[in-house]
Amino acid sequence: MSETTPGGSPPDAKPLLQTIGLTKRYGTFLANDGIDTEIWPRQIHALLGENGAGKSTLVKLIYGLLQPSAGEMRWEGHVMVLAGPAQARARGIGMVFQHFSLFDNLTVAENVALGLDGKESFKDISARLREVSRLYGLPLDPKREVWQLSVGERQRIEIVRALMQNPRFLILDEPTSVLTPQEADQLFAVLERLKAEGRAILYISHKLDEVKRLCDTATILRTGRKVATCSPKAETAGSLARMMVGTEIKEIRAATRAARMPRLVVNHLDLVPDDPHGVRLDDVSLELKGGEILGMAGVAGNGQDELFAALSGERLVEQSNAIVIEGIAAGALSITARRRLGAAFVPEERLGHGTAPRMKLSDNTLLTGHAAPGMVRHGFVDTQRVLAAVDRITESFDVRKARRDPEAASLSGGNLQKFVVGREILQNPGVLVVSQPTWGVDAGAATVIRQALLDLAAGGTAVLVISQDLDELIEITDRIAVMFHGRLSASLKTADATREQLGLLMGGSHPGQEDTAHAARA
Amino acid sequence: MELVEAIILSVLAASTPLLIAATGELVTERSGVLNLGVEGMMIMGAACGLGGTWLTGSIIVGALCGMIAGMLLSLIFATMTLGLAVNQVATGLALTIFGIGLSGLIGAGFVGERIATAPHLHLPSPTDVPFGGRILFGQDGFVYLSLALIVAVRWFLYRTRAGLVLRACGDNHVSAHALGYPVLRIRLLATMFGGACAGLAGAYLPLAYTPFFIPGMTAGRGWIALALVVFASWLPGRLVIGAYLFGAVSILQLHAQGAGIGIPSQFMSALPYLATVIVLVALSRARSGGSTTPASLGTVFVPDR
Repeated sequence: MSETTPGGSPPDAKPLLQTIGLTKRYGTFLANDGIDTEIWPRQIHALLGENGAGKSTLVKLIYGLLQPSAGEMRWEGHVMVLAGPAQARARGIGMVFQHFSLFDNLTVAENVALGLDGKESFKDISARLREVSRLYGLPLDPKREVWQLSVGERQRIEIVRALMQNPRFLILDEPTSVLTPQEADQLFAVLERLKAEGRAILYISHKLDEVKRLCDTATILRTGRKVATCSPKAETAGSLARMMVGTEIKEIRAATRAARMPRLVVNHLDLVPDDPHGVRLDDVSLELKGGEILGMAGVAGNGQDELFAALSGERLVEQSNAIVIEGIAAGALSITARRRLGAAFVPEERLGHGTAPRMKLSDNTLLTGHAAPGMVRHGFVDTQRVLAAVDRITESFDVRKARRDPEAASLSGGNLQKFVVGREILQNPGVLVVSQPTWGVDAGAATVIRQALLDLAAGGTAVLVISQDLDELIEITDRIAVMFHGRLSASLKTADATREQLGLLMGGSHPGQEDTAHAARA
Repeated sequence: MELVEAIILSVLAASTPLLIAATGELVTERSGVLNLGVEGMMIMGAACGLGGTWLTGSIIVGALCGMIAGMLLSLIFATMTLGLAVNQVATGLALTIFGIGLSGLIGAGFVGERIATAPHLHLPSPTDVPFGGRILFGQDGFVYLSLALIVAVRWFLYRTRAGLVLRACGDNHVSAHALGYPVLRIRLLATMFGGACAGLAGAYLPLAYTPFFIPGMTAGRGWIALALVVFASWLPGRLVIGAYLFGAVSILQLHAQGAGIGIPSQFMSALPYLATVIVLVALSRARSGGSTTPASLGTVFVPDR
């Protein structure tokens, strides 16, 4: 293989895809401003940028979902105009969406069939789906309906669906955000294999280490413009982040914290799920002191959602003392009663669960803050105070928005996440349960959120972080426990835990049983 | 025996328009469009259906006139809700009011005119089998058509790719758009199908049930069809159960009233609604988890460009 051109292609070869001055304008706002890139076969090309840098817009242009305002795309040297995604797929462009393009009430096989353009019979699709999912180690049951599946499983559908199109150019938008390290490794192996097969891959990620490890080239976007093209392997994570953000990202500092009274205790919690396909919680116990951050790792769909529902009060527990908040048996208490005890909860799903999408930020603040004193007086809403709370959240967490009090749905994913986390943190809770605090959030914002969690713990709050991002857990937690098939492992001291150990626990094996039990005592 | 046969025959006749109208609305709603104008489209179908038959003497022409009338009305609805992204509920209600008014105008010329109703099937030997023969082999064409229609719709929705795409549009129009499906065009076609069915169901009334047109003769059947779709959880099989159950209880309570049962007649008249709701709710409860409600139902979709 020649080393003279990127990716070792022969010098006379043309790039598979080339964008020249690609521009997308909304009114006066330039979502993409004259972007030049080249995508070569046999290359994994990273697309880096903060939330709102224009990555999604660029990808939508390439996939035919949006039409450029100016500039052009060339496919193997010929001008390419795409009227829609079907035309992109016909050329061999496949896409794995970040906000999944799945249909909740349809089965896995039906969802896959909708992404294929051929005249394949439904039976053949199911068979090929099994085949592809086995081949690439992404297990899926074609007959399940999507609403029953976890976020991680949903993503598998997206990936398998794209792979089944046999694409020459595959776009992946944040594919590893919900995978275990082992699953991510498997995916990387798949991507390496696809690359070796001569395909081109455009890889969007916030995880700079991953990009460094996997990608051959990187295009970095900032506020709609391309700021750099570089070879990530030659850069450091810090230098990549600097190019993305334009400024240095702060290192997280861990504060010293003294252990205090247990503020959140779960005693042998058994819970049969309402949904027949849900996960049964089996003898889950944990104890969380003030000033402590406990991480809960695990692959999506192993009972984290069920545990979150039981802790937050969305699902009541029969034995009231199975959940104890601030020394009070809370298993049978309502969500509001638990909030009055000083607990706060941040669910995984930002829109629909964490916020009411069509309501204003002030209304959404009130929805979780009404139990605390201040916002409601004698049954009347104190609008000024609620708005002031919105302003405080906005300021402390750098929530970017067009107006003072817009609808929740109008915020970008990362900004809404900052808002949802900030809303609970600023209530200064005694116990905070937070699920996927930085999912889909850019590196800069993730740092802000993690620092806020650390600061909160330093102030004496007990923090439970449920996350699929092991790096995050290792960075901020004191202890980590792993959820598998509804059982919670004993917790390991984060400082002593290795990724391998955690990865094995996430897969259901128990490495060094005695050691683990020992570590939990500590 | 004679009485039982007579009751079953009248149940079939009473249920057929409900089944046809509800089948059309089921397809419309499965694509994500909530058209509350069924009553208006039905009454227009009744007026135009009678008009067509009265002028030409042909039942088929009448039925086609009814279908076209319903479809034209649904096109007005589609222009407003799909083209101009107006609220579907408000537009549907307006459509019903509009249809009732317009049908009065169109039908004014034929009020009181009688026509010969649709002929019933007659196969010499099977139809004359004493009990059951007339029920199975002695119906008018609409009854057989309505059953063929629901079977075809079920096959279309669950066995064809186009049906899958239609359900996908109703479930999540953003995703369907992201995958490159023409959401608005699919919804337009589904809405027109719903309109044609409602028009046909309306035409059934003067062409096969009562052989003349009077204003307001649909008497709320369009609303019942709408309710049936919801209570049947948007499932074709359950729609058949619901439509026939409703028809059966409405006929039976009439006979019961006639026989002089000492229950207030108002309560008896409410029975069909009550029975249908109870049975269909019980069926929905029996289904384990999940919702079959098209998630995008009634929401306006504007593709971003």
